[in-house]
Amino acid sequence: MTRITVRVDGESYTDEVEPRTLLVHYLREQLGKTGTVVGCDTSNCGACTVHLDGRSVKSCNVLAVQVDGHEVTTIEGLAQGGELHPMQKAFHECHALQCGYCTPGMIMQSIDLLNENPSPSEQEIREGIEGNLCRCTGYHNIVKAVQQAAGAGSVAR
Amino acid sequence: MTVVDDRPTVAKEVGQARARKEDQRLITGRTKWTDNITLNGMVHLAMVRSPYAHANITAINTTEAKAAENVLQVYTAADLGDSQGVLINAWAITPDQKTPVHLPMPGDRVTFAGEIVAVVVARTAAAARDAVQLVDVDYEELPAALDLRENAQDKVLAHPDLGTNKSAFWKFDSEEAGTGGNVDAAIDKARTEGVVIEREYRQQRLIPAFMEPRSCVVDPTGDQITMRSATQVPHIVRFALAATTGVPESKIRVIAPDVGGGFGGKLQVTPEEWLVWCIARRLGKPVKYTETRSESLMAAHHGRDQWQKLTMAATKDGILTGLKVELLADLGSYVAIVGGGVPVLGAFMFNAIYKFPAYQFTCQTVFSNKAWTDAYRGAGRPEATFAIERLMDELANELGVDPFEVREKNWIKHEEFPFTTVAGLEYDSGNYEAATARAKEMFDYDGLRAEQKARRASGDSVQLGIGVSTFTEMCGLAPSRVLGSLNYGAGGWESASVRMLATGKVEVVTGASAHGQGHETAFSQIVADRLGVPFEDVEVLHGDTQIAPKGLDTYGSRSLVVGGEALVKATDKVIEKAKPVAAHLLEASVEDIEYSAGRFSVKGTEQGLSIQEIAGAVFVAHNLPDGMEPTLDSDATYDPVNFNYPHGTHLCAVEVDTETGEVKMRKYVCVDDVGTVINPLIVSGQIHGGLTQGIAQALFEEAVYDDSGTLVSGSFVDYLVPTAADMISFDIDHHSTPSLTNTLGTKGVGEAGTIASTPAVVNAVVDAIRQFGVDDVQMPCTPERVWKAIQSGGANQSDPTEGAAMPHFDESEGGAQ
Repeated sequence: MTRITVRVDGESYTDEVEPRTLLVHYLREQLGKTGTVVGCDTSNCGACTVHLDGRSVKSCNVLAVQVDGHEVTTIEGLAQGGELHPMQKAFHECHALQCGYCTPGMIMQSIDLLNENPSPSEQEIREGIEGNLCRCTGYHNIVKAVQQAAGAGSVAR
Repeated sequence: MTVVDDRPTVAKEVGQARARKEDQRLITGRTKWTDNITLNGMVHLAMVRSPYAHANITAINTTEAKAAENVLQVYTAADLGDSQGVLINAWAITPDQKTPVHLPMPGDRVTFAGEIVAVVVARTAAAARDAVQLVDVDYEELPAALDLRENAQDKVLAHPDLGTNKSAFWKFDSEEAGTGGNVDAAIDKARTEGVVIEREYRQQRLIPAFMEPRSCVVDPTGDQITMRSATQVPHIVRFALAATTGVPESKIRVIAPDVGGGFGGKLQVTPEEWLVWCIARRLGKPVKYTETRSESLMAAHHGRDQWQKLTMAATKDGILTGLKVELLADLGSYVAIVGGGVPVLGAFMFNAIYKFPAYQFTCQTVFSNKAWTDAYRGAGRPEATFAIERLMDELANELGVDPFEVREKNWIKHEEFPFTTVAGLEYDSGNYEAATARAKEMFDYDGLRAEQKARRASGDSVQLGIGVSTFTEMCGLAPSRVLGSLNYGAGGWESASVRMLATGKVEVVTGASAHGQGHETAFSQIVADRLGVPFEDVEVLHGDTQIAPKGLDTYGSRSLVVGGEALVKATDKVIEKAKPVAAHLLEASVEDIEYSAGRFSVKGTEQGLSIQEIAGAVFVAHNLPDGMEPTLDSDATYDPVNFNYPHGTHLCAVEVDTETGEVKMRKYVCVDDVGTVINPLIVSGQIHGGLTQGIAQALFEEAVYDDSGTLVSGSFVDYLVPTAADMISFDIDHHSTPSLTNTLGTKGVGEAGTIASTPAVVNAVVDAIRQFGVDDVQMPCTPERVWKAIQSGGANQSDPTEGAAMPHFDESEGGAQ
């Protein structure tokens, strides 16, 4: 077991973890952060996407020990003071989710995309979220939501 | 929309693009997926699965696994015996259907790669998975039945004890049914004096690939046993558990918490659920099992997988005279819950929107040593629509006319509704002309045809193809009598309850079980209008057999057209119960009470009471009419009288790079008639998602098995669910003719996009390269297949030996065979 200290959604946690524990399992099983989900076992689907020090990572592809001393933001830490993040709001208003399983990862990735490129073209959005699979929406409204959030000047968080 | 006088005439909510109620928890991560559930003392399962498609199990040694750290038990079939129950087939399509006994975990022989042979129970999921490697199973490999056509000839037997791979033969003949003429006579006549189009099409095997892997938690503590499962069908699971495991139905509670997509893939009763159930009961502890994605792709049911042999007859003028359909359908290694019923759901749809005078459909269902097949979005109707819409393009080509010309000549005209088809169904409403006119306008059909002509003339390396699909489908499953006549094991009704709470809020209970469809929002809109209460005041409850004790769940585009109608009827009963209370409190006679938009008033006066005020009065029950039961709460169970027939015109333009075979989506337009639209936002979302799944069948997806029966597309690396970069934005619109079979005038929308889009895309691909002599490209139309089709001038198409699209790990095979 290895001792790690990590800041997740603004709170500091110190835990013993097995060296092989994936970040997504640490978040879900030890911290109860079940908003972040597992959709595959080959890092294709992106459902587990979170931010590590402000950049998106697939948390099934990061070991818990690697985040020692770092800061993680999950979907649960996005809304501040009861106020939804502009990307969450855009997903809701544009009907960019149906079953909602891919949504946490898709929102985290879309925020990262706008942080990199605040005014992306439709093609740049499509390529920017290519690593996140959605089976319900056909991506049509997800692209719209990202465009809307970009228009609203979505800021990094 | 037909509205009775005393019903609300102002539709404030219906038709509004309300953003969904259910989104809040989903966008903030406050969801209750089954895998999120943790109970005190809960233990975890991991499955030991067969690597062989067909083998005798000769020995299982669990000693080492049992000794592993934190492992509590390892079970095999010998340990569980009858207590594991059995998995049911609810639809024997013929009385003599061969239906092998389907145990959750067999003890003697495995019938597909992925079948469970042992279960490890451990304190953590990781410990259980680790110990799977320690279970030692000896197999004696048997020949595997893997090719659908060869299996139909019994070359290798999937179940040697059955003596055949043939499960059931199902037939519909219009002459025998009295709904039309003799199809062979029509074809013979066309051979001498008309046109006969004969084709064979492959419906490849697909995987539903819902995003949330299946998960199940059973809690046996307390008087009732509770199963939480990522299922579309909690009520059916409850019934089947009771029927097969000896626990009274009244002792079983099944909950479908937040469920992450289904598309038919979660309407099953699964081995995994049955084993969790059995082991939780045995141990007396809560037990959880969550599958990995690889397990899901390998062992959750697959869809499609048919060979279609089609013969269509027409006159030289392009008037259709007959259609003969001969199907082979791969069941996989067992008959799943709907199983062979899936192709039968397509049997009534091959004739589609056209006025065929003669029709015959036959289907042979066939076993193989592959994962079992069942419903996948559209279930039977995408196969039918693909066949007929591809044939219509082939006929147009044969006659040298525009694809719309042969369609217009043969489709049911809007003034001909209601129309009884050659398959015996009565289509209630539609307007194919209007939907088509609008779609052509949005698409700039003439402009794109001109561009196509120019590119052909200039010999451009990128050729443009235009594909048409004028689809209809039957959905809203289903009239119970019809299901009975087809030998289906259950009815097709749906149930709803409306409860007026003391504070004026409304609780709605539906037996439909949503998993992304937005029932909470759409059903709130319906109730808000009818009861005249604020949208926010309606709470929709579902997906728990204790909260919604009656229901038949969500599949077959049925929730709104069947469940919504039950809700309308329950709501109207509330209004009827409130009227005498209003009359009593307003000191008027019941006949003088008028109801409109939530307010009961006395004719010709200003006096009135709101439904909320009446709910409060009924709650305290201080002053009610003599003998009145103090409640407004009402239930309704609705059994539909007919199916429901959405339709639409879909147009697709693709650019095909003739040098590489790459297919690029250029434009997709569709105009759908889904009747009255309750929520345009939700309806468009259903269409976008449906289109994408249909396009994915045309271009990307296939479940590929290798020669030994191993699923080689067993991860998202190889099973190509499209990404955002593979798709384009769609241009969609509606032309609504209200359905006449339900009060709201709604038609199902869940499957329409998927049913319509596949042939539109393949027609476009073929249209782009027909000039090279190509008349078909087998799905999925990968660049390799398209390129080969162009290179060979179509000579390799319709080749029954055409194999997998992407054998990826044996380069010596040199790509697709």
